Amino acid sequence: MQDEFLKGLLESFDYLEERPSEDWPAVNCLSDRLLGFLKKMRDQHGFDMLSDLTAIDRMEESPRFTVVYHLYSTQEHTFFRIASDCAEADPPAMPSATGLWSGADWHEREAFDMFGIIFTGHPNLKRILMWDDYPYHPLRKDFPLAGKEADLPAADVALTTQEKVRPAPMMGGPFHSKSGGHMSESEPRGSDESWSEKHEKPSSEDM
Amino acid sequence: MANQDKQISIGDVVNRSVEFEEDLKGEIMNINVGPSHPSTHGVLRLKVQLDGEVVTEVEPVVGYLHRGDEKIAENMTYNQFIPYTDRLDYIAPLSNNVAYVLAVEKLAGLEVPPRCQAIRVICCELARISSHLLGVGVYGMDTGALTVFMYTFTERERLYTLFEQLTGARFTTSYTRIGGLTRDLPPGWLGNVINFLNQFEPVIEEIDKLMTRNRIFYDRTVGVGVITPEDAISYGVTGPNLRASGVACDLRKTNPYSGYEKYEFDVPVGSAGDCYDRWLIRMEEIRQSVKIVRQVIDSIPDGPWYAEEARKIYAPPKAKILTSMEELIQNFMLVTEGPQIRPGEVYFEAENPKGALGFYIVSKGGGIPYRLKIRAPSFCNLSILPKLLKGCMVADIPVILGSIDFVLGECDR
Repeated sequence: MQDEFLKGLLESFDYLEERPSEDWPAVNCLSDRLLGFLKKMRDQHGFDMLSDLTAIDRMEESPRFTVVYHLYSTQEHTFFRIASDCAEADPPAMPSATGLWSGADWHEREAFDMFGIIFTGHPNLKRILMWDDYPYHPLRKDFPLAGKEADLPAADVALTTQEKVRPAPMMGGPFHSKSGGHMSESEPRGSDESWSEKHEKPSSEDM
Repeated sequence: MANQDKQISIGDVVNRSVEFEEDLKGEIMNINVGPSHPSTHGVLRLKVQLDGEVVTEVEPVVGYLHRGDEKIAENMTYNQFIPYTDRLDYIAPLSNNVAYVLAVEKLAGLEVPPRCQAIRVICCELARISSHLLGVGVYGMDTGALTVFMYTFTERERLYTLFEQLTGARFTTSYTRIGGLTRDLPPGWLGNVINFLNQFEPVIEEIDKLMTRNRIFYDRTVGVGVITPEDAISYGVTGPNLRASGVACDLRKTNPYSGYEKYEFDVPVGSAGDCYDRWLIRMEEIRQSVKIVRQVIDSIPDGPWYAEEARKIYAPPKAKILTSMEELIQNFMLVTEGPQIRPGEVYFEAENPKGALGFYIVSKGGGIPYRLKIRAPSFCNLSILPKLLKGCMVADIPVILGSIDFVLGECDR
């Protein structure tokens, strides 16, 4: 049933491409045709709920950022995954789905906050989990686990305490592992790239 | 003459009320509710704009409890992340544990034995009871009925004792493992659960008597904070809040997992979508959960409680690690490299007490997820607040917040 549905979609829309998936039908969609396709899925195929919206940072690959939508049909009770690559640009951009689902508002703000993807047409695109003046996008792969030095959210507190947001000391802390690489690199250890015996604690000039 | 005097003393009523209204207009007041305020149930902050007693604008500010759980997940093995799931919806840690391992098992293509599934269902439903007890307890408190809270917390304490017997921890349970559980049920535990249910069922009815037909509670909740089905779907509201709006969507029924299709239970659905309906739904769900737990206990299968064929994923029994070379190597590999999961991506949603908790996992192979996104039901449920609170009275804010029943640990991740 689901396979036929997916096949039909792929045949009727040439801007779609099948996406390898372990569970639900999934497609890759060109970002300039995305909104039209999402609207079709919502209005004609009954995928009326935007269950989840998120992004993936593929770091070394190009294009680097992919936005992933998970739609849910409250009638048929099936999911559908749509992924769309952001064109290679700084900052990466994607059309906003807030006109289709009100719930896309906060999801897109989160993706902007964490990955720095600009959702064009979003009515109020600002950070949601981090504070407004925070300079980095923490879920990007080049952001270290320990964090980076940044100014405190409240200027008056920063002035009085002369403190900054500092990277977390990872030595002796909880064990973490790294994906890929040599096995000795991937085993759980209480250190990470930002601050260990081998690498000195980064100073603010480096960043 | 006397009559005329009387008229003069009343004055021109119509004119006076017009003056009075104009006097109030334009006096917009901005107040902050939270981030630490008893009625916001955590560290939710609301920037509220008031015109007299009427709310004209609300901007929720979340993120005060942001710990970067998704970043942490990308830097540890699949097993290592289980304790972090306790801290998402910390009111119902057991059901988070179950949802997470089900997502990873789906990615690994792993089937767990029936006994393991049944134990997980008991865990989920007890967690649901515990979460809803907190939900209705503090909801009562938000509307001014303190007593209900005492009743529900007494019961939650008993549940915590059960959790402690089962997992060794009252709060941060970390009970599940990918492909199984940490341990089998302790001897006699199911009997304790039955005893708990037997004394608990009359208490539900007592809570019901205290609140459901209570005139004050009724007046404060009926017709307040109405979510239409269209809005609920558009905002991605899930769980009891969605069902209160009349959408019969329960993933346990519609997309069954962990053997939920074997048990008979009803999905309560509201009609008005107001705060009162959300109360009724939670109360009924508690009863349904009791029903499910009883069915599971009646039919609990024997057999293994972990997937025995999952060699590279599930840790071997401790006694074997200490005595057998092969198991020792296997355990060593699991600890150092993590459970080996095939490349691919899955999205799995489980029906948690607060709504649909989703995990989107992208794997490039190996023991560490490349990307793990947590779809937090509280996050989506809260995003409707600006629309829901607009136009209501100040005194309705705590009532509506209480009726939505959210957890900030999950919302902020």
